[in-house]
Amino acid sequence: MPEPKIRIENLSYAYAGVQALQNITLDIAPQRITVFFGPAGGGKTTLLRLINRLNDLTDGTAMTGRILLDGKDIYAPATNVAQLRRRVGMVFALPLPLPGTIRENVTYGPRLAGVRDARRLAPIVERSLRQAALWDEVRDRLDAPANALSGGQQQRLCIARSLALEPEVLLLDEPTSGLDPLSTGKVEAALQELKKTYTIIIIPHSVQQAARIADDAAFFLQSKLIEARPGREIFTTPRDKRTEDYVTGRFG
Amino acid sequence: MSERIAWNEFIIGAIIRIAGFSTIGFVILIFAFLLQQGLPALNEVAPDNFLGTRWYPTFDLYGMMPLFLGSLLVTVTAILIALPLGISTAVYVREVAPQWAREILKPLIEVLAGIPSVVLGFFGMTVLAPFLRETLQLPTGLTAFTGALILAYMALPTMVSVAEDALDAVPKSYRDAALAMGATRWETIWRVSVPAARTGILTAIMLGIGRALGETMVVLMVTGNAARMPTTLGSLFLPVRTMTATIAAEMGEVAAGSVHYHVLFFIGILLFALTFLINLAAAPAILAKRRRGGLR
Amino acid sequence: MNRYAQQRLGFIALGAVTLVVVIPILLVIGNIIAQGLGAISWEFLFGMPRAGMRAGGILPAIVGTILLTLGVALFAIPFGVGGAIYLSEYARDTTFTRAIRLAIINLAGIPSIVYGLFGLGLFVLFFGLGVSILAGSLTLAIMTLPVIISASEEALRAVPTEFRTVNASLGGTRWQGIRKIILPQALPGIITGVILGLLRAAGETAPILFTVAAFYLPRLPQSVFDQTMALPYHLYVISTQVPGMPLQIQYGTALVLMTLTLSLNLTATLLRRHFRKRRQW
Repeated sequence: MPEPKIRIENLSYAYAGVQALQNITLDIAPQRITVFFGPAGGGKTTLLRLINRLNDLTDGTAMTGRILLDGKDIYAPATNVAQLRRRVGMVFALPLPLPGTIRENVTYGPRLAGVRDARRLAPIVERSLRQAALWDEVRDRLDAPANALSGGQQQRLCIARSLALEPEVLLLDEPTSGLDPLSTGKVEAALQELKKTYTIIIIPHSVQQAARIADDAAFFLQSKLIEARPGREIFTTPRDKRTEDYVTGRFG
Repeated sequence: MSERIAWNEFIIGAIIRIAGFSTIGFVILIFAFLLQQGLPALNEVAPDNFLGTRWYPTFDLYGMMPLFLGSLLVTVTAILIALPLGISTAVYVREVAPQWAREILKPLIEVLAGIPSVVLGFFGMTVLAPFLRETLQLPTGLTAFTGALILAYMALPTMVSVAEDALDAVPKSYRDAALAMGATRWETIWRVSVPAARTGILTAIMLGIGRALGETMVVLMVTGNAARMPTTLGSLFLPVRTMTATIAAEMGEVAAGSVHYHVLFFIGILLFALTFLINLAAAPAILAKRRRGGLR
Repeated sequence: MNRYAQQRLGFIALGAVTLVVVIPILLVIGNIIAQGLGAISWEFLFGMPRAGMRAGGILPAIVGTILLTLGVALFAIPFGVGGAIYLSEYARDTTFTRAIRLAIINLAGIPSIVYGLFGLGLFVLFFGLGVSILAGSLTLAIMTLPVIISASEEALRAVPTEFRTVNASLGGTRWQGIRKIILPQALPGIITGVILGLLRAAGETAPILFTVAAFYLPRLPQSVFDQTMALPYHLYVISTQVPGMPLQIQYGTALVLMTLTLSLNLTATLLRRHFRKRRQW
């Protein structure tokens, strides 16, 4: 097994007095799709947001343990949070295009990072949109308002927006929950391409999707990590009774 | 490059924090200044003089009772007029009026808030006061009642808006339950909606009191400014003098640092303290309302 | 009596009360327009007052009010919008923040004449600015602050939280998010609030009584340390302090002042309506 891209060590986390994660230890391998799955409220989304420090925006939290990216603690005081978030991109459950055009959405991150030259931005736009399997649908209307796109297109735009920063890790929180099957298929196909270069962590919107796309999988239940193994194994021969119950649809 | 961003971020954050903190600074500064300029009055004027019934600064008589009672009389009368008008209008606009009427009525009532008080005072002097004098057969039209009437209308835009929002916040299920039990819409309004909105209506009253108590130009121009004790109900139709009008009328002519000057600032302290308490009482409701999105 | 007949009567009564509220408003506006229109002329708007203000124009008062309002904008907009950004984007929910909110509510409730006292004491006397445009602008600006802060904060809070999260997730700092997304989206609401604040400042009399206003000064102000005439104070003076004042000049002044504030009011309302329709979220 290669060096893990991300290593989570003895991580516990609470906000507003509620324990959201208890003593999680988990390695994420590079260039694979890792799936966090389990019933709602198990702590998956919380963990995902901790990996690029989006929880910093929330008040009243308490964390112990460490998260290492390439061996470095991302919560170390010297960490440049903006830079961390450029290396670890995030796509949310609902498509959230920013006000403005398609092009402005894709270039938002690079522009913040200081890339302003239109000649340098143009190739970034094309590459990101191609990687998100959206280029062919929008190439002729890059300056149209982003919110005029369909829901599925908007979500792929949000993926492209994250990819524009060439992150090393891409976090996706139920990216297909609001999409039709056709759009879902396109997003999943795009992810299969993306994992060749990126490390991907995704919260799927169903067990079926989890089984379809997982290289590795981690099952979360009531703020604990129950088991984490390669996807093929966890969905066919789960070791823990609770994982089996969930995978076979007995609860959740 | 990221160094620079971090620096920008730090400086801008500091500037914005200063802007935010400055509001508290201003309140403290205002209060401290009033205290500094007004408190000497307590040493310079004997208590029984202060609490007396005669306000003749030329003869060192600083009895504040007539001014205080004048403010009280005008304010209470204004609220008594505004309350039924405001609540009825809010109920009509919110519960009864058809859509098209609502679209006309709401902006029209809000327009009133955009007319400067000095214009309303001017109207009161030139049109309303002569009209009241003739209809009510009064010796003069410049009375407490004239002022209260205009103040009542000035309080209406806020009152209607706050009361309307309070009605709006009453859960639809309350109404539906009442209607389902066979109550008419009329009965539902008065027995369910209005009582359920009482906190909001109370806020409207508080804000109205604060507004009327602090208004200066209208009372200065239409209440006649006679510093006499309003002892009977008939005083309503005689000239009175309020605390605000006294400051406005006399501050321009006193020497800075004189006893009279200190006393006028002391009246300022009283006004500040009174409106502070009133707003403190209304604050929770205002904050809650703002959280829901909209006090203007 | 039949309950439905009672309801119908009740509704009619409510409608009648609403008319009692609305008709006087129309009467005031109508009366001032009808009586004031005759006074409006080129000379009235752009001339100097003559003969102890009993003839001529009101230009110095108009210019004074415009200058005061600009001064207020200069001081109150940075502090007001900055304060709103602080409350909406930076402040956490602490006792201190609650104290700030309380302070704002109380600033909004302080009687305008008390602002006048404060301005006299602090700016005119203590800082030695004298009775001047500067002292008056500062006084009015502090009075206007709560209006601008409340409206701006509301506009900022109306921008969906998700935009802030997206900005952060793309490596944006807090200020980058504010400058590139939040502020542009909230701008219409902020502008509306600023206009409402300025119109309040333009129409106020009590705070300028002892801080700026010149009784009779038939020339244009020379500097920010100069006194000036101003429309609201001028109207007060000519309707109460000058015997033998032609009624038409009084009405004309009232009309000009009312037109100024009502047109600002209308602009704010229209702006709000316009942008609410075009909002992207």
